[in-house]
Amino acid sequence: MSSMAKQAQQRVGLLQGTLDMLILRTLLYGPAHGHQIGKHIQRTTNEFLQMQHGSLYPALHRLERRGWVVSRWETAPDRNREFKYYRLTDKGRKQLVVEESQWKQMAEAVARVMWPAAEEN
Amino acid sequence: MNWWQIRNRDADLERELRSDLELEEEEQREGGISEEEARYAALRAFGNPVLIREQTRAVWSWNWLESLARDLRFSLRTLGRTPGFTVIAILVMALGIGANVALFTVVRGVLLKPLPFHDPDRLVMLYEAGLPEDDTAGFNVVAGGMYAEWKDQNRSYSSLALAQGIRVGLSGSGGQLPEKLKSALFSWDMLRTLGVQPALGRDFTQADDHPGASGTVLLSWGLWKRRFGSDPGILNQTIELDAQPYTVIGVMPAWFDFPDPATQLWTPVYHDKPEDTMTSFSNHMFRVVGRLKPGVSASEGVADLSIISQRIHNAHLNDPFVFRSTKSRPLLEHMVGEIKKPLYVLLEATCCLLLIACLNVANLLVARAAARRKELAIRTALGGDWLRLICERLMECLLLSASGGALGLLLAFAALHWLTRTRHDMSRVESIHIDGVVAAFTVGVIVLCALFSGLIAAFSISDKRILGALREASRSVGGGGARASLRKVLLTLEVGLTVILLIGAGLVLKSYERLRSADMGCITQEVITMHLGLPDARYATPARRANFYDTLLDRVRALPGVDAAGFVSAVPGQGYGMDSTFSIVEHPTLPQSSGLFALSRWADSKYFRAMGIPILRGRTFDGGKRLEAANEVIISQSFASQYFPGEDPLGRHLRVRGQNALIVGIVGDTRYAIGETPRPVQYYPLDAGVENVGTLVIRSRHDLEQFALPVQRIVSEMDGDLPVSDVLTMNQLLGKSTLDQSFNTALLVAFATVSLVLAAVGLFGVMSYIAAQRTTEIGIRVALGAKRDQVMRKMLLDGMRPAVFGLVAGLAASLEAGQLMRDLLYEIKPLDPAVYAAVAATLLTVAAFACIVPAWRASRLDPMQALRAE
Repeated sequence: MSSMAKQAQQRVGLLQGTLDMLILRTLLYGPAHGHQIGKHIQRTTNEFLQMQHGSLYPALHRLERRGWVVSRWETAPDRNREFKYYRLTDKGRKQLVVEESQWKQMAEAVARVMWPAAEEN
Repeated sequence: MNWWQIRNRDADLERELRSDLELEEEEQREGGISEEEARYAALRAFGNPVLIREQTRAVWSWNWLESLARDLRFSLRTLGRTPGFTVIAILVMALGIGANVALFTVVRGVLLKPLPFHDPDRLVMLYEAGLPEDDTAGFNVVAGGMYAEWKDQNRSYSSLALAQGIRVGLSGSGGQLPEKLKSALFSWDMLRTLGVQPALGRDFTQADDHPGASGTVLLSWGLWKRRFGSDPGILNQTIELDAQPYTVIGVMPAWFDFPDPATQLWTPVYHDKPEDTMTSFSNHMFRVVGRLKPGVSASEGVADLSIISQRIHNAHLNDPFVFRSTKSRPLLEHMVGEIKKPLYVLLEATCCLLLIACLNVANLLVARAAARRKELAIRTALGGDWLRLICERLMECLLLSASGGALGLLLAFAALHWLTRTRHDMSRVESIHIDGVVAAFTVGVIVLCALFSGLIAAFSISDKRILGALREASRSVGGGGARASLRKVLLTLEVGLTVILLIGAGLVLKSYERLRSADMGCITQEVITMHLGLPDARYATPARRANFYDTLLDRVRALPGVDAAGFVSAVPGQGYGMDSTFSIVEHPTLPQSSGLFALSRWADSKYFRAMGIPILRGRTFDGGKRLEAANEVIISQSFASQYFPGEDPLGRHLRVRGQNALIVGIVGDTRYAIGETPRPVQYYPLDAGVENVGTLVIRSRHDLEQFALPVQRIVSEMDGDLPVSDVLTMNQLLGKSTLDQSFNTALLVAFATVSLVLAAVGLFGVMSYIAAQRTTEIGIRVALGAKRDQVMRKMLLDGMRPAVFGLVAGLAASLEAGQLMRDLLYEIKPLDPAVYAAVAATLLTVAAFACIVPAWRASRLDPMQALRAE
C-alpha cells in the first residue's frame, strides 16, 4: 500500500474519532435525533464546524453498531411526527470519558509543541 | 444476519433521512421562504441523500457481502469475456477434482470406514504360523482341530468363530436351473462374533452346528431376491444344496458379504464338514475371526494362542504339519490388505494430477494477468486497492474451481457408479458412497485449488512497477520478462509432476504386460474351461465319480469341432487350490519334525495334451487303470529337480494318503496363478475317482463359445441337477485374475496421458505468449538481418528449457516415487531404464511439438507488420 493512501486514512480516522466524541458529548444532554445533533454542534461552535450529514449519519450508525448509543422511533414533543432518537448507553458514557481524556492529552501535547514559551512561563 | 433485517435497516435509514430532511425543510420554511426554495435550501444543507445512504450502509457489517457480490459480478463478466479460457480452465479443474473426489471416496469407503460390524476394532483375523521350513510372512489358514483347541483353552477372546469359502450346487426347483454358488461355512457363533443379525429369520444355534443336526442355511439378500422373488415364505422351506436338504432359517442384510463379496449363502461348518477334518491339526483350511476381550491387546491374544499351539505341536511331533505359533491382524486389514497399496498409489497419482491441473490454471491466469497488465496498472494508478485486485483474482479462481468442482463431482459420481457396477469382486465395494464427508472433502479441494492457483496468479501482479508497466505497455519491446519466468517455473513444476506420473504409469504398464505375457506353461488360446462339481450325496463312491468323468469326456470328445478335451481339478491360473503331503519311498525317512508337501492336482490321461502341457519324459497315465488300480503319479519338472536332484525320478514311488504311487512321467511346469513362480506339482489320475470338483477343458480351433450349450446339454442329460458354471475361455480366466492390475494400469495410464496433454497445452500457451510478447523484438532482429532459422532455434530452445529442467527434476523425483510402487510391480525393477528412456523421449517429443508451432510462427514474422503492430 502506498504511503499516500495510509496518510489519507489516518486523517479520516482522526476526524471520525473527533466527530464520534462530539456526538457522544451532545447526547449527554439527553436523547436527540440526527438533525438536532447536527444543528447543535453547528450552533455551539458558532457555525465553525459545518455539520456534514454525509459523515453524521454513518457516524451515528457506527456508534450504534458499537453499542455506544441506542436508537428508537419517538414522537417529537414539538412536532407531531416520529423521529429516530439516539440515546447514550452506559458503554457510550464510558467511551466518552476515554475519548475526552485522549483528546485532552492530544490537545495538551499539541499545545506544548506549538507554544513552548507559554509552558515555560 | 437475515435478509429481512437488512431490508428493515434500509427502510429504517430511508425513513430516518426523510424525516430529518423534512424537518430541515420545515425549519427553512419557518424562516419565511417559499416551499420550493425551502426544499432546495434543505437539500443544500443536508447534502446528497443518496450518497449519505451509501456511506451509512457501508457502516453495516454486511458491507463485505456486497463487495463480495460485486467481485462475483465482476469476475463473472471477466470470465464471460473469454469463454475459451473459462471452459478450458473449468474442464482442467473438473478432471483434477473429479479424479481426486472419486478416489478419495473409494479410499474412504474401502479403507477408512470402520467395518459395519459391532465394535469392529476388537475383531481380528487369526492365522497359524511357524512351520519349520516355511518362514514366509504369509498368512496361513487354520486347521479345524487347532481352532477347537484355541476356542476351548484361550482366555483372551470373548469368542472365536470360523469360516471357509466354498462352492455349492443349488438344485433346480420350480422351473429354475441348477446353479453353482459361492457359499461360506460358518461356525454357529460367527454372526454373534461379528455382531450381525439376519435381516429375516434367525441366526444359527449351537444345535444347528452339529453333524447330526438337520441342514440349515442362511440366504444372502441378493440370492433371496433373485432366486426366490423376495418371498418371505421361503423361511422354513427346504432347498437342496449339493443334493442334500437344507432348511432356510434366515436372510442376511443386503450389505453383509463376509467373508467374500460374492458369497450367496451360509451353512454351519460342523454340520457340513466331516468330523476328521474338524479335528485334524494338519489339515489347514479355515479362517478364524476372534473378538478380543475388553482390555486385551492383539499381541496378548496372539501370545495366549501361541502357547496353546506350541503345546499341541509338542504333543504331535510326529506330524510335521502341526503349526506351533499364531499370527493375527485386524479384520479390516485382512479384508482390504491387497487393495490398500494400489489404492494409495492411485490416490497419490490423482493428487499429482490435481496439482498439475492447478498449475495449469495458474499458468493460464498468469498469462491473462499479463495480458491485462495495462488495465491493472491503470486501476492501481487510479487508487485501486491492491488487496481488492487480489480478491478479484481469488474470486475468479474460486468461480473456476467451484464450477470445475461441481463438474468434477458429477464426473466422480459417474465414475463411482461405473466402478460399483463393474467391480463386484472388490472387497467392501458396497460401502463406497458419496456422503457428507466426501462433499466436505470436495469443498476443501475446491477452496485449496482456488487459493493455490489464485495466489500464484495474484502475486504475479505486484503494484511496484505500475509506471514500468504503463511505460512498457505503451511500447512493449523488451516484454515482461519476470512474468514469463514465473510461468516457466510453473511449467517446470508441471513437467516434473507429469514425468513422475508418466514413469509410474510406464512401470505399471510394463509390469502388466510382463504379467499378461508370462508363460503359464500351457496354451492359453483356443481353450475353453467349465466348472463342474459332483455332490457327494449322489456320487458317493469312487466308481460313480470315475464313471461320470469317463462318460462325460467320451461324449465331449465326440462333439464336432472338439480337438481335445480333458478334466483337471484346477487349471493353471485358477489359484493355489490344494496341496498334499508326500514322502518318497526310495529316500531315507525324514526326521519326524519335517515333511514334504506340494501342489496336487487330479487329471485325466488326456488333460496334458488338451492343455498343451508338454510331457518331457515318460508317459501319461495308463487309461486302462481305474479306481484302486490307478496308482500312478506324474510330476512337474520343478518337482523333479527339487525332490530328485541328480537322479531319475521315473520308476520311483511317492507315498501319499497311505498308498504308494509310481512316478510314470514328468511334465512341464505351470503357474497356479498369473504372476506366481511355477511350483512343484504332483498329478494323480482322475480315474481313481477321488476328486469330485474340477474343470473341464476343451480345445478347439473353432468358435469356443459355441461349446457352452452342447456341453451343458450333455451334463444335464447325465444328471439333470448338476450345474455347469464359470464357462470361460482360458484368456478370460486369466484376464479375470489380472482384473486388479489391468484396472490400476488403465487408471494410471489415463492419469498420465491427461497430465501429458495438460503439460503440452501449458508449454504451447507459454511459448505462444512469449512469442507474441517478443513480436517487436523479433521484427527488429529480422529487419536487422537475423536468419529465420536462427530465430526459430532460439525460440525453440527458450521453450524447451523448462521442459528439460522439469524432465530432469521429474526423473530424479521418480527414483523416490518408484520405490513406493515396488510392491505393485511384477518382474521389473522400479528403476527400469527402458521405461525412463521411453518417458524422457515421449516428453521431449511432445514438448518439441508444443513449442515448434509458436516458434515457427515467430520465425515467419514479417518485420514490417511486426513493427507496425505497435
